[in-house]
Amino acid sequence: MLVALFPTLCLVTVIHAQLCRPDAENAFKVRLSLKTALGDKAYAWNRNEEYLFKAMVAFSLRTLSNRETIEISNVLLCNITKRVSFWFVVTDPSKNQTLPASEVQEAIRMNRNRINNAFFLNDQTLEFLEIPTTFGPPTEPSTPTWIITFGAVFFIVAVGIVLLIISGIHKRRRKSKASRETGDVEDKHETMVTIENGIPCDTLDSKEGRINRAFPADDEKFTPL
Amino acid sequence: MVEMEKDRPQWGNPLQFVLACISYAVGLGNVWRFPYLCQKYGGGGFLVPYLIMLIVEGMPLLYLELAVGQRMRQGSIGAWNTISPYLRGVGIASVIVSFFLSMYYNVINSWSFWYLFHSFQDPLPWSSCPLNSNLTSHDEECERASSTEYFWYRKTLNISPSIQENGVIQWEQALCLILAWLVVYLCILKGTESTGKVVYITALLPYCVLIIYLIRGLTLHGAANGLAYMFTPKVEQLANPQTWINAATQIFFSLGLGFGSLIAFASYNEQSNNCQKHAIIVSLINSFTSIFASIVTFAIYGFKATFNYESCVNKVILLLTNTFDLEDGFLTSGNLEEMKAHLASTYPKEYSEVFLQIKNCSLESELDTAVQGTGLSFIVYTEAIKNMEVPQLWSVLYFVMLLMLGIGSMLGNTTAILTPLTDSKFISSRLPKEAISGLICVINCVIGLVFTLESGNYWFEIFNNYSATFSLLLIVLVETIAVCYIYGLRRFENDLQVMTGCKLNWYWKIMWAFVSPLLIISLFIFYLMDYILTGNLKYQAWDATQFYGSNITQWQEDWIWSKGPRFKPGLCPLIPT
Repeated sequence: MLVALFPTLCLVTVIHAQLCRPDAENAFKVRLSLKTALGDKAYAWNRNEEYLFKAMVAFSLRTLSNRETIEISNVLLCNITKRVSFWFVVTDPSKNQTLPASEVQEAIRMNRNRINNAFFLNDQTLEFLEIPTTFGPPTEPSTPTWIITFGAVFFIVAVGIVLLIISGIHKRRRKSKASRETGDVEDKHETMVTIENGIPCDTLDSKEGRINRAFPADDEKFTPL
Repeated sequence: MVEMEKDRPQWGNPLQFVLACISYAVGLGNVWRFPYLCQKYGGGGFLVPYLIMLIVEGMPLLYLELAVGQRMRQGSIGAWNTISPYLRGVGIASVIVSFFLSMYYNVINSWSFWYLFHSFQDPLPWSSCPLNSNLTSHDEECERASSTEYFWYRKTLNISPSIQENGVIQWEQALCLILAWLVVYLCILKGTESTGKVVYITALLPYCVLIIYLIRGLTLHGAANGLAYMFTPKVEQLANPQTWINAATQIFFSLGLGFGSLIAFASYNEQSNNCQKHAIIVSLINSFTSIFASIVTFAIYGFKATFNYESCVNKVILLLTNTFDLEDGFLTSGNLEEMKAHLASTYPKEYSEVFLQIKNCSLESELDTAVQGTGLSFIVYTEAIKNMEVPQLWSVLYFVMLLMLGIGSMLGNTTAILTPLTDSKFISSRLPKEAISGLICVINCVIGLVFTLESGNYWFEIFNNYSATFSLLLIVLVETIAVCYIYGLRRFENDLQVMTGCKLNWYWKIMWAFVSPLLIISLFIFYLMDYILTGNLKYQAWDATQFYGSNITQWQEDWIWSKGPRFKPGLCPLIPT
């Protein structure tokens, strides 16, 4: 009985080796960067982690509608390096061949987030080399943010301009009203003043003459009686 | 002597005048041209020709313009008309050059507004590439360039592949341009009354931001690399005539001589104002700001270069780790070189396959990618900012500073145009001051819409390079000769003594009469020869339909983007990007 078991085991191992090897049909290479992602908190990659990986892959495939009988033993890992990187294939439970790559790819892509989270990694540190990442759709708010800020600044500046213009018009109206009351002659004097030797000419125009206070007034020359 | 004296508006106090001059002179060129020149022409050694030119060329010419404005108490047209009626053309030339400048300069403010408004997002829009249409990977153009270049060329400018293809007006840019002109109008609306108050902010706020950036910049990882690179003097550059020419040109354009703005500002001064002291103060502060800004810029450069260098090294490490299935974390930047040699000898075949993809990461070459002009501010700085913590804050601060610098210079430009117009009785009797300023802003805005076309940036570069620079040299030359020889240096000296009460120092007399005109004539001849020798002019195009790396034609390099006009001494080597 034991003698019969040994060749069976060898046969199974050989079949598995044939199914899972680098660049095999329907095989995928996986690469993990634990130290890059987790630094000091990086865990060691051992057989338990491999078991978890197989479980996640099996789980992903079970979510496909026609693969609910997939077991962990259907997921084969091989060529594990120190990197950490390895190849895996998924065998069909009913037949002795691997599942088509497209199915495996679809399953992994749908559950990528959960697989990443199980290992505390992300798309860059847990890489499935032939499975492209799907980027999340960009979040665009209905009104671009910049228009809001633009509108606010525009409004403030416009209000400022209007206020300044109105105040300017008011001031001008007040000035013209004041000058209309004081007469036209003074209006002319506000805009143009003729100056000679630094003295405005119009102050010299008065008919009464100017009293030069440097000299004392006549009646102060004589001492009063 | 009979004079007609009008009721002329004045600055509220002399400080407003000084701040207005500083705000005008300290512009974008101090921030994005001087650091480039400093790096290119000998690092710390460039300060020697720069300071010499400041004393020999900058201060005398600045003093001359301020003195003329204060003495004549009119804008550029009126002032030169008073000196000699035959020289009215100098004033008109100044006004036209200012008009050209204000047409295209405000577009930079509109770009600053655009970036400022986009800084209130998380994450910043230029920090990562957008996805392509089927969400499988990033946009191709962005992948080949960088996310900041993509945001600048595609999202902001939406640039067309060549100047012949005009495209349509970008409505977003047009809106920002209209806003920029509204802001300028708000500031100049009431003449010196409003300008005098605004300059407190436009002159002082950039310094606050620069100090904050200095503190932040010096504490960034890798800043020391940039500073060491910049300040290491390369003394052999002092023997290069280009160094001296660039120093002279930078001082000349940085102070904004010849536009008529300084004359206009000084015309609102009291007659007894000590403009000699102010001229020295303004020119010293302008140069000091350039040096200060380049310290900040190089700290940021150092940070960005170190960041890129370390990313490059990490990429190489990852490549080797994946190719040879080494343990994660085995390769570090410390042992990379020896491990590369070890791998090359152990696995020669695989190593040779992957060898082509291994880039030689070099900190020197990262630091060497010195840029100037819009490229520095909108591509390089944004790249550095996106890697800082709380990038939104730094981005907002930076673009507010750029805005203040730009608006400060715009105030000077528009004052240079407005003062002669409001001085002229013909116009000012028919239209109020607000309407004249409004008309100028509207006309400039409408013409400025050209720069919001898809090919707008190419037109911008043309205006930048050729609209003002040559004319300014000529204008300032004629100004100096006019004051010294036509009006008469002795007569001007007497006028200044009557005005300010101080006697004119012999130093200024020698500079005005001999040294500065000779310097300007030599600059003039140099650039004239250079224009003639350059022949067919080329420009750099951003063509997204081809591999941009190979398509970009060699740039006509070395702008002098001082405070406004850009100029190109074409004898400089062409710099591929």
